[in-house]
Amino acid sequence: MHSSSTSQGENGLGRWLIYGVLALMALVYLLPLFVMLVTSFKTGTDIRTGSLISLPQEWVTDSWQAAWGTACTGVTCDGIKGYFWNSIKMVVPAVLISTFIGAFNGYVISKWRFKGSDLFFSLMLFGCFLPFQLVLLPMAAMLGKLGLANTTTGLVLVHVIYGVAFTTLFFRNYYINVPDELVKAAKLDGAGFFTIFWAILLPISKPIIMVTIIWQFTSIWNDFLFGVVYSGADSQPITVALNNLVNTSTGVKAYNVDMAAAIIAALPTLFVYFVAGKYFVRGLTAGSVKG
Amino acid sequence: MPVTHTNTPAPLASTTPWQDKMQVWLPKLILSPTIVVTLICVYGFVIWTGLLSFTKSRFLPQFDFVGWRQYERLLNNDRWITACENLLIFGGLFIAICLLIGVLLAIFLDQKIQQEGMIRTIYLYPMALSFIVTGTAWKWILNPGLGLENLVHQMGFTDFKFDWLVNSDMAVYTLVIAAVWQSSGFVMALFLAGLRGIDSSIINAAQIDGASKPRIYWSIILPCLRPVFFSAIIILSHLAIKSFDLVTALTSGGPGYSSDLPALFMYSHSFTRGQMGLGAASAIMMLAGILAILVPYLYSELRGKRNA
Amino acid sequence: MKLKTLFLAMTFAAGSATAGEVEVLHWWTSGGEAKSVAVLKQMMEQQGHSWKDFAVAGGGGESAMTVLKTRVVSGNAPTAAQIKGHDIQEWAELDYLANLDEVAKKEGWEQSVPSVVTDIMKYDSHYVAVPVNVHRVNWLWANPAVFEKAGAKIPTNLDEFFVAADKLKAAGVIPLAQGGQPWQEATLFEAVALEILGSADYRKAFVDHDMAVLKGKKMVEALTIFKKMKGYTDQAASGRDWNIATNMVITGQAGMQIMGDWAKGEFIAAGKKPGVDFVCVPAPGTQGQFTFNVDSFAMFKQKDKGAMAAQNDLAKTILTPEFQEVFNLNKGSIPVRTDMDLSKFDQCALDSMDTFKASATSGDLVPSFAHGMATTSAIQGAMYDVLTNYYNSDNISAQDTANLLADVVEDAM
Repeated sequence: MHSSSTSQGENGLGRWLIYGVLALMALVYLLPLFVMLVTSFKTGTDIRTGSLISLPQEWVTDSWQAAWGTACTGVTCDGIKGYFWNSIKMVVPAVLISTFIGAFNGYVISKWRFKGSDLFFSLMLFGCFLPFQLVLLPMAAMLGKLGLANTTTGLVLVHVIYGVAFTTLFFRNYYINVPDELVKAAKLDGAGFFTIFWAILLPISKPIIMVTIIWQFTSIWNDFLFGVVYSGADSQPITVALNNLVNTSTGVKAYNVDMAAAIIAALPTLFVYFVAGKYFVRGLTAGSVKG
Repeated sequence: MPVTHTNTPAPLASTTPWQDKMQVWLPKLILSPTIVVTLICVYGFVIWTGLLSFTKSRFLPQFDFVGWRQYERLLNNDRWITACENLLIFGGLFIAICLLIGVLLAIFLDQKIQQEGMIRTIYLYPMALSFIVTGTAWKWILNPGLGLENLVHQMGFTDFKFDWLVNSDMAVYTLVIAAVWQSSGFVMALFLAGLRGIDSSIINAAQIDGASKPRIYWSIILPCLRPVFFSAIIILSHLAIKSFDLVTALTSGGPGYSSDLPALFMYSHSFTRGQMGLGAASAIMMLAGILAILVPYLYSELRGKRNA
Repeated sequence: MKLKTLFLAMTFAAGSATAGEVEVLHWWTSGGEAKSVAVLKQMMEQQGHSWKDFAVAGGGGESAMTVLKTRVVSGNAPTAAQIKGHDIQEWAELDYLANLDEVAKKEGWEQSVPSVVTDIMKYDSHYVAVPVNVHRVNWLWANPAVFEKAGAKIPTNLDEFFVAADKLKAAGVIPLAQGGQPWQEATLFEAVALEILGSADYRKAFVDHDMAVLKGKKMVEALTIFKKMKGYTDQAASGRDWNIATNMVITGQAGMQIMGDWAKGEFIAAGKKPGVDFVCVPAPGTQGQFTFNVDSFAMFKQKDKGAMAAQNDLAKTILTPEFQEVFNLNKGSIPVRTDMDLSKFDQCALDSMDTFKASATSGDLVPSFAHGMATTSAIQGAMYDVLTNYYNSDNISAQDTANLLADVVEDAM
């Protein structure tokens, strides 16, 4: 709902100004994407000789084909297509499990408070700020003990562990705005823990579930650090492939292929943003940001 | 909001004592795996790192204790000091500019704009891209020989100068530019959502009283958005502190180490330089800094809300 | 066809009956490099072993080392990992590496590989790693057309360097193409230091860490010249990748670049011919001297019999003349074996090999500190910090930098 203050007629100048600013900002936001797109359609010589912001002298799609199917990411040169599946196998369970756990945690912390639950929530919030570089080695030792070193299961576990702090935060902030009276009334009617969740909270949770999924999907899909360290040789996620493509140190660089690969690798997240984007604002509106 | 009951109400006729007990224990049971995992994987690992910071560990962890030696070395390390100063500059500007742009764009976008969905998606998309490669694009744009400066020169304005990326004093500000580009759209979405959630009757009342539009925004709407500021600041400071991919891709801490950040310092000393003890000490200092700055804020915000 | 006969030969040569799996952690992921490693993979498969590839690129192996450390901590070390220089000693000291003496003896590594290289591969006089190639770091790459147009001569010493640089500058080209990352700055400094200090003092400073040499007069002089060279680079160098700098030489925007022999690949990829479109000469004043950067694979201890057999075969295969030839042709480097037929290599590689052999006896073969050959990663990193800060900042003198260099080296020891 738009705030009604805007419903009255505006003077034309102000309107133009607003549209101008919005359009200008949109251009600024699009500039890097433009550079990437333009570069991905250039030939190698074009990049070597031309300006980076100029349009290609001739438009070629070779680098897109290379990025998808023939660029080298290691000893194999099959592009990044194979890594898509690896990433999906890891992202889907990690997102679903962490969202599921976060929903229940948020439910407990907001509606079934007990002594220490608020303290625990604060402790958990601190976990959001933990620099992940710090946990690499102890986590590796732990995964080794559990027999999960360099497996997809292990990687999913790590993403769930460090994602739950955020998912819990989202759900807690959402549920805290649901009137306690609703829950209290249900309790008086004899409804139990799960019944209340199922019948009262879950039906109104769609927006926040979308927000959580978007957030988790984006951060896990784009994660490089955990992916490179905890994945197995045949289950490396797409960010590792992308890194291998882009970050050669003493090899010849093909920027057009790099850019094409980057855009391809970002397609799933972009897709999620386009499709679920409207839920994003709606979900946030519905309360997650009301603290 | 009134203070909520922290326990279930008195037993009711319809439930058996066993069920009541379950109702008391079930929430704790549900939360317990997360509690255990958080204690081990957050606090346990922090303690482990703390121990490591008092050892002379180099290549891999080893437990020969050397007291405060690593902290002394850290405080004498010019690069570390630079990194900390940079985090203050970077974090402060990043959060402030993101909030400013986020609020403004949200207010503008809330004026019944046509194509709102498309514009919103354009503002949001940078969050979807990994910095491994957008870093390269930014590097080109900001590079005086290749990007903006060159472009403006070609247009005929040869006096134009934009060399922040390669200027030791200014490089850290280029990090701010790229980071703002990535995150401000998200902040905009947060505020847009906040604006849509405000009860319009308050605003109507103010309008009837004849208050001007900027005044309504400044003294009525913005204060209502306080919880949004809270969420945004938490999310932004988390992004600022963890900024790693961004620095690696854009400046790698250069020129020299003038745009280094603590996360990069910690990583390179722990893993590539065989200075694990020093790296651990820097991690602990980082955490201490986070605690010192964030805890009072968290406390006042959470406390304030509960009493409100 | 050539490959096929090669593989046939390999199949015959394969003596071991047990097959196993090798999991290899490396950071060679770019086109040419990946193809070279693929040859190794095929050769291993010809011997009945399977190859599990674990490639992690980034920062000259920085990400790969992080992965390696976490894998070792989780008790899941790969069979072989691309580890360079001094790090081999660190891993061996922690008792993670396998003993390769048997293969080395059978294959006669001692006879075919110079001792400067084998010393790096040994810990406590046992082989724990296998060398793959030798890069020469102290090269100067020049675009002769640009020099001709500016009326300059390709320099052979530092005086000539600055004369030529001035002429290039006057002709409106960037004299020295330079990238802006600490390792690239260290590579440039290393070439200057090698000339000013001489091989013996270079060793004293960067291998033995003699404090007197580190803060001595010669070091101050080397630092001063290093900074003077910056005046001949363009201002936008900061953060630039080395290959972009090489491209500036290729396109004639810049006259020359001081960089290791991997730069050759970039010229070749642009369709340029050595000796015609570009020339390779030793970095100013370092004729007869050779700063080496040796890539190698360290072998981690295995429990499984099959894996051990495969590991030994991998070590053996890496040093076969066949693999050495294919790999180094792709990589721009030279083989580690000095007893090979080099008829397929270009002039730059042949020059490199001649100097390599000659310098091995004259004492002018020195390890590159910019590439992890000379000292621990802790000291290397500390020196990077000091050098890059000096190079990029105008607030610190050469003398103070030399003192600081000695201080940080002592602190990191």
